[in-house]
Amino acid sequence: MGSEAKDCREAFSTTLVEMAGQDERIVAVVNDSVNSTRLKSFRANYPRRFVNVGIAEQNMVGVGAGLANGGKVPFVCGASCFLTARALEQIKVDMAYSFRNLKLCGMSSGLAYGELGPTHHSIEDLAWTRAIAGLTVIVPSDSVETRQAMRAIAEYEGPVFLRLSRMPVPDVHRDAYRFEIGKADVLRDGEDVAIIANGVMVCRALRAAAMLDTKGISVRVVNMATIQPLDREAVLECAAKTRGIVTVEEHSVRGGLGGAVAEVVVTAPHPVPMRILGIPGVFAPTGSPEFLLDYFGLNAAGICEAAEKLAAATVAERQPRI
Amino acid sequence: MSSSEIGVETEPGRRTVPDIAELRRHAGWIRMQSLRMVHKAGLGHPGGDLSSADILATLYFAVLRLNLANPRDPLRDRFIMSKGHCTGALYSTLAARGLMPASELETYMQPLSRLNGHPDRNKIEWVEANTGPLGHGLPIGVGCALAAQMDGARWRTFVLTGDGELQEGSNWEAAMAAAQFGLEGLTVIVDRNRIQQGDFTENTIRMDPLADRWRAFGWAVREIDGHSWEELLSAFSALPFQAGRPSCIVANTVKGKGVSEIENRPEWHHRIPTDAELQRALEELEKTYGL
Repeated sequence: MGSEAKDCREAFSTTLVEMAGQDERIVAVVNDSVNSTRLKSFRANYPRRFVNVGIAEQNMVGVGAGLANGGKVPFVCGASCFLTARALEQIKVDMAYSFRNLKLCGMSSGLAYGELGPTHHSIEDLAWTRAIAGLTVIVPSDSVETRQAMRAIAEYEGPVFLRLSRMPVPDVHRDAYRFEIGKADVLRDGEDVAIIANGVMVCRALRAAAMLDTKGISVRVVNMATIQPLDREAVLECAAKTRGIVTVEEHSVRGGLGGAVAEVVVTAPHPVPMRILGIPGVFAPTGSPEFLLDYFGLNAAGICEAAEKLAAATVAERQPRI
Repeated sequence: MSSSEIGVETEPGRRTVPDIAELRRHAGWIRMQSLRMVHKAGLGHPGGDLSSADILATLYFAVLRLNLANPRDPLRDRFIMSKGHCTGALYSTLAARGLMPASELETYMQPLSRLNGHPDRNKIEWVEANTGPLGHGLPIGVGCALAAQMDGARWRTFVLTGDGELQEGSNWEAAMAAAQFGLEGLTVIVDRNRIQQGDFTENTIRMDPLADRWRAFGWAVREIDGHSWEELLSAFSALPFQAGRPSCIVANTVKGKGVSEIENRPEWHHRIPTDAELQRALEELEKTYGL
């Protein structure tokens, strides 16, 4: 794991500018959010392909669908809290049901807006978007994966929701990593417990795994960047090769990554117990993003504790029954 | 696109004069057909089908430049049926234009039919956008017109909305953007039949002064009788109404137009005719349109 923490929006915006230089169909659409999407350089380089619809998310997604109808590849970008909540019907109908080649980029998702409060937290977006048929949903874990995912979704012809944070994270991937839509990425092998995480929680899951290792608990860590379509095989493999699964996400525990994994685990030939870590069905109190992650136990120590308990609880279950 | 081009103005300087008698015949057939479909399906929106029939006939037989050999020709005009509940009229129009078999209309809303209650572009290649929830068509139309503007292309975008539909705020988000971007390739037609599901629009949320509202939002507007062929053709042939602005045609219509029992009665937004009502309606339409 790299030591320098980076804001993935930088990888997002530089990659978009690079891709726009190679593909003139690429256009950017924003809802006044020129700064928070880091798209000033796109605007400077490609002013005619930069569309600011003003503070109007429903119109923004519809405009994106229309641009796609006209042969463009629109990257429709805004703060995830407004983009997904305000325009959910447009996401469902204009984008997914119509199956438009539109890339929806939700910025500063999860608890990234910390102190600004629950109006600005986007901790329901995975549940909402994951429930929509045909919509690909991706949560990159670092800058390397963000760059890779941007190229992958541009090549893929169909609707995608890319969920980005603004919380700086160290790179967990080397530059040679190749992201594939719908493919989980096993970062570490282990046989006691599996931790399945995405987004900013992946680096924390890796830290937890290192801590568990010193306690003699062997942990498999899986980065599940694509939450839809979910890599079912990878989930079933975790269920087959370990005694229990901990999921970790910067999202409500209802309906996000944990829910997606659980839906598969219960169909496994031998389902394993799970722990779903996330925001436990409440609106968060006031605090910085880091404070809130610690508050909800969404840090290495919290993940370590949950995995350790799960490992202990499942030891007896795997003893041969006499 | 070449020989298959149709339209009031097919290319600069070349105009075809549509035959009004023919337009009228098509509109009568669309009305009869949509009533038969709604009756058979036991579902649908006959009032709005009937109010929009003349607008749709004009668009498909005299305005839209389509490539009949390639429904997805990048240079085709785009038509977005924002009032997606009026598929009785839309599908009948597509069939009248020869874009789908007339026999298929009998499958309207039947199990596994392509002809869903609201249009699906992935099932019917002539449909540009999946609509149904109101207030979606105009934002999509703004995106289409922007794409054409970016490319310096001549293809145009038309959006047909209801009038009650304009109570959805997304329309006005799109209206502001279209004016800001100077989308002169974009035309919205409002089917101003003054009735929505629950009541008359003016008893619900007032829409008047509707033309002035569009003007205030920066659009060039013409208000016409949406059942007058002369006024429809004259408006469509004058597009864009003003350089650098999007155009709005407020088409004053009668909900249920053509069937006296249905005309201007809010309950016919989505009432289904009985066998006897259908019979009387078809007889009246046959007589009026000489079919």
